[in-house]
Amino acid sequence: MNGPPDMKIVGTLSNLPTSAIGSRHLVWWGNVGFMLIEGTGFALAAAAYLYLMTQAPAWPPKGDALPGLLWSGIFTALLLISEIPALWVLRCARAEKVGGVRWGTLVLTLFGIALLVPRGFEFAHLGVPWHQDAYGSVIWLLLVLHTTHVVTELGESAVQTVWLFTHQIGDDQFSDVEDNSNYWTFVVLAWLPIYALIYWAPRAV
Amino acid sequence: MTPDPRLEEEISRTWRDPPGLWGFIATVDHKRIAARYIVTALLLMFLAGMLAIDMRWQLTVPENTRMTPQLYNESFSLHGSTMLYLVSVPVMEAMAFWLVPLMLGARNMAFPRLGAFSYWLYLGGVLTLWIAHAMDITPDLGWFEYPPLAGPAYSPGHRADIWAQMITFTEVAALCASVNVAATILKMRPPGMTLARMPVFLWAMLIASIMTILSMPAIMLVTSMLIADRMVSTHFFSPGAGGDVILFQHLFWFFGHPEVYIIFIPATGFVSSIVETFSRRRLFGHSVLVLSIISIGALAFGLWVHHMFAVGLPRLGNDFYTAASMAIALPAGLQIFCWIATMWSGRPRFDTPMLWVIAFVLTFVIGGLSGIMTASAALDLQLTDTYFIVAHFHYVLVGGALFPLFGAFCYWYPKATGRMMSERWGKIALVGIVGGFNLGFFPMHLLGLMGMPRRVYTYPTGMGWDTLNQIATAGSVISVLGGLVFVANALLSYWRGAPSGADPWQGSTLEWASASPAPPWNFDYTPVVHSLTPMWDESRPLPVMDGLANDHREVLITSVTDAAPLYRQKSASPSIWPIVAALAVTIMFIASIFTPWAVPLGSVLIGAALTGWFWPPRPRAKQGPLGTGA
Repeated sequence: MNGPPDMKIVGTLSNLPTSAIGSRHLVWWGNVGFMLIEGTGFALAAAAYLYLMTQAPAWPPKGDALPGLLWSGIFTALLLISEIPALWVLRCARAEKVGGVRWGTLVLTLFGIALLVPRGFEFAHLGVPWHQDAYGSVIWLLLVLHTTHVVTELGESAVQTVWLFTHQIGDDQFSDVEDNSNYWTFVVLAWLPIYALIYWAPRAV
Repeated sequence: MTPDPRLEEEISRTWRDPPGLWGFIATVDHKRIAARYIVTALLLMFLAGMLAIDMRWQLTVPENTRMTPQLYNESFSLHGSTMLYLVSVPVMEAMAFWLVPLMLGARNMAFPRLGAFSYWLYLGGVLTLWIAHAMDITPDLGWFEYPPLAGPAYSPGHRADIWAQMITFTEVAALCASVNVAATILKMRPPGMTLARMPVFLWAMLIASIMTILSMPAIMLVTSMLIADRMVSTHFFSPGAGGDVILFQHLFWFFGHPEVYIIFIPATGFVSSIVETFSRRRLFGHSVLVLSIISIGALAFGLWVHHMFAVGLPRLGNDFYTAASMAIALPAGLQIFCWIATMWSGRPRFDTPMLWVIAFVLTFVIGGLSGIMTASAALDLQLTDTYFIVAHFHYVLVGGALFPLFGAFCYWYPKATGRMMSERWGKIALVGIVGGFNLGFFPMHLLGLMGMPRRVYTYPTGMGWDTLNQIATAGSVISVLGGLVFVANALLSYWRGAPSGADPWQGSTLEWASASPAPPWNFDYTPVVHSLTPMWDESRPLPVMDGLANDHREVLITSVTDAAPLYRQKSASPSIWPIVAALAVTIMFIASIFTPWAVPLGSVLIGAALTGWFWPPRPRAKQGPLGTGA
């Protein structure tokens, strides 16, 4: 007999709900796991930047222009403003407001598109190509790394917007919207130390 | 309580895979995925073993001409890369995939499709390295490919790129697997299994997963920087343009050292399970074991510089890392004492799994002692790059991780197959492998002390190294023969082994409460846990809860610390999207060896695949601007 041992039913799970919000939800933890992975990636890239900086006689090396503050400033301001709709969408998702999550996610998508404009100019005003020297390589690395996250968030928000407007929204989708909003916040927070490293560290040393 | 046939039929219809090839591709059953992982890893272990035998043949006599220097470089690079990236880490994840839901009394992993995706990506890494090898584009710079040697100036061609992309494949796979394992352990424990009542095995898998999440981004980052240096002329590692080759080593070993413990810590989970069951008593010092694992996990991130003692870092740095490296012997030692105390105070049974544990303790202690020797920066300067190091890391990795793995294989084989392995042939295999291993690797300590360098394809006559090398070769051959007996035993027992029953060893944890082999849904009911060893509790029959849906796939989600039931979560059905997404990722990774444009173009492809994956199948909207208005 390969069957399981004898069992005795002592209770039932049938009266449990079929969804949850926030950290009670399983997917929230998966999301945190991936944020942890990418946060570690950001932190290590920042460590590589600081390592190269401490090894260099001058930072930026002689002859390299400092990165421009205008477009990066616009990007940073816009990114910080985008946190307002991100948090608003989060509240709508928790309150299960259909209209709120639809329009809020659309607004996030539009922010994602808008953010790519100053980001494009940021690349053009970094002051040094990636193949000039290690300083150029590492600031391009940091900016590319963050841009992949902005693009990912844009893609995710855009797909979510299309889906939300065309389908009947259930508990799981409110939870998806919540995760997307949390990820947006992660992309905003991750930018602040990177912004300081790329644009202000060379001016501080 | 007698099983209800109608319930069985319904639950079986819900959870079984579609038949044939479609089911093979689309399955999200954690046991099938894990079995694939394990079989692939064992095949690769065999191939890596053949490479080892070939290298031993080359070194058996001085000035041998069996291998050219190039072939020797390729052989040890392929052997090391395969064993570290494609065997040791994946096989440990596979054991977690297979066992964690069973030990939790759960019906599947937290993210079933992510599990399937992880395997297909791992397979992509395997094929990348070995198809490239078949096409004679074998990486030839060791398992860590340091620049400047790996940089564009000294390594034209694509050997180094193949290595770097193989890493990307396997690390993404490992990261996905780790998030999956950690989320499953944290959120899917059965009612009553508080953190304090969690078996050591699950702690080990949780800590190893968290370590993976915190360390593997380092190697993905550094190999991406290497590829960028090689392809788009960045200068991370070119000193002439302000780059620094030591940066590569720091980032590599920030991953590379924890990696050793990511392999070893799951093994401590196997050992704890086996020692408990075969000593027939609860583990001595459960909290000490758990705290040891946690402290090993934390200390492992503060040791990486001991791999770099010879690169000329500041003396204070070397002193600090010497001290930190020696400190890790304390928790490792505490674990060993706990296991010995469990055996000593229990009523031990010496079946094959337990014998593997004893072989582990003996071998691993030798490896630990040589580790304390090499932790000393002064001594390491003499020993580094000699055969002493080769002996040391084989003692810790084979003795410390593979011996427990073989024990775990024998221990859980009846649960996977419903049959027992032959004890007699199991013991013969053990004697062959353990005896051959010690015969093969112990002389390498002496060869290292005598100055024989590693990674050099031959040695001149008259060095006095001949006899010890011949003993080493003989030992390796015996060990491989033992390995073949082990595999033959596993294969033959699959058809001819005695039926095992659900619980042949009177195990202590919940996996033994499912049928052998476990059905696709693992458990009809959700177990309720009152102790660390639920299968040994007085309160029989086993207390369980009903109420999970049987007409669709559903799993129970509980709270992180006290495992209180929170809600019932839908669980994914078989799906083709994981393999489609893995193919999209594969196209991007492989193409990006040849052109940087593969990255943006491939991202579009991956985005499309992920959209298909995550597109929820629900009815069209009725309200709203794009609603159908019905």
